[in-house]
Amino acid sequence: MDDVTTGEPLIVLDAVNKWFGPLHVLDDVSLSVGRGEVVVVIGPSGSGKSTLCRTINRLEPINSGTITFDGQPLPAEGKPLAKLRSEVGMVFQSFNLFAHKTILENVTLGPIKVRKEKPAAARERGLALLDRVGIANQADKFPAQLSGGQQQRAAIARALAMQPKAMLFDEPTSALDPEMVGEVLDVMTSLASDGMTMVVVTHEMGFARHAANRVIFMADGQLVEDAPPAEFFANPRSERARDFLSKILTH
Amino acid sequence: MNVLIDKFDVFAGGFWLTLQICILAAIGALVLGAIVAVLRISPVPPLRALGTSYVNVFRNMPLTVVMFFAAFGLPALGSNADFLRIPLLDSLFTRLGTDLPYFRFALIALVLYTAAFVCEALRSGVNAVPAGQAEAARSLGLTFGQNLRHVVLPQSWQASIVPLGSVIIAMIKNSALAGFFGVVGDLSATADQLTGAEGYAFIPVAIGISIGYLIMTVPLGALLDRIEKRQAVAR
Repeated sequence: MDDVTTGEPLIVLDAVNKWFGPLHVLDDVSLSVGRGEVVVVIGPSGSGKSTLCRTINRLEPINSGTITFDGQPLPAEGKPLAKLRSEVGMVFQSFNLFAHKTILENVTLGPIKVRKEKPAAARERGLALLDRVGIANQADKFPAQLSGGQQQRAAIARALAMQPKAMLFDEPTSALDPEMVGEVLDVMTSLASDGMTMVVVTHEMGFARHAANRVIFMADGQLVEDAPPAEFFANPRSERARDFLSKILTH
Repeated sequence: MNVLIDKFDVFAGGFWLTLQICILAAIGALVLGAIVAVLRISPVPPLRALGTSYVNVFRNMPLTVVMFFAAFGLPALGSNADFLRIPLLDSLFTRLGTDLPYFRFALIALVLYTAAFVCEALRSGVNAVPAGQAEAARSLGLTFGQNLRHVVLPQSWQASIVPLGSVIIAMIKNSALAGFFGVVGDLSATADQLTGAEGYAFIPVAIGISIGYLIMTVPLGALLDRIEKRQAVAR
């Protein structure tokens, strides 16, 4: 990386609050994510972890507090916000591939329209990315013709095509059949080991254990624990984390 | 029933004039309706409010009242709607260019009124596109306009086409009001002319003009049915 600010965190949330009507989904959340760091967010459903993930590229606006990305506060609207989003890759639970476009067109739309790359160059890079996630042979198919695991890998390639500074994963394997979870996690693990900054909301404890630098545990909109995975899983400090882990790890 | 044969040229002339109103009004309503729809789904609150107010006013006001405003309000404001005398277009649709402004007034009323319904048909199509599609587009950094053009609208078209067709059919029927607001010689004015001034029996004349409207609306309805069936198969 040629970034002079290395050492400063890439993503900083400071005292972030968000309400959905009367529901306090994010309660005074502060968090910083360093460059190249992989942060896994876990917690019971309804704890606000997806919302947290979606505030980082402002898919969810916040009610108070500040979020900065790469030293800049998140822009509120318009072109500056679009530019910020182009630098933050997002992978959704339900893939959200563009249904009327082929896999390759999905991957090249952003580079061509947002980055104004030449279509030929974008296609070449798109194919290389599809090859990297192992679905180069599906390039000309439509999303509905692919399995869930293949669709999610295509969605990761689509996000990577923008050469983002960070990647957000919002429960990327929760909508997949069990036998397809592994192929998606493999791609994510290889991304992590290549030094990508990642925020991953997931229920995959195996991934949290071996790929994360830190595990964040959330409950009721609050950030309850923030620890390296070995420490968190061996020795959770809070009652709520112990309770959560006992429920998911005994099966 | 001799009137249908004897006065065929009058019916045909009325049909042609009504068709002209409908073609122009459909184009105008589709363009204006699309603009209002974009306003209503825009991320900028004042623009959204503007679009919503437009729909609220013109969807909820009787067309007759809109026609009154156009035919009597515009002259009161000193306008003969001369901006509709568009060169080239007025040589194809000659009534656009005549000194009697009532064709233009009727056109304006029909466009303003129908655009509100076009907007809602387009918007129902946009709403049929899963929210995740637009979210994914935004996450890539596409602007609002790019998002609409490349992701949302290409997918909303399918869900819009049938309601849009119904709106246009309703507009063709609504165009019958034009004859009562000074437009001489369209299908509905033809009925008035033949029964009132020329003394023909009402029922044959009414059958004649009905056939005229049905020639325009029935094929359009059949086309919509076909599109709908094809969509059902594709799904």
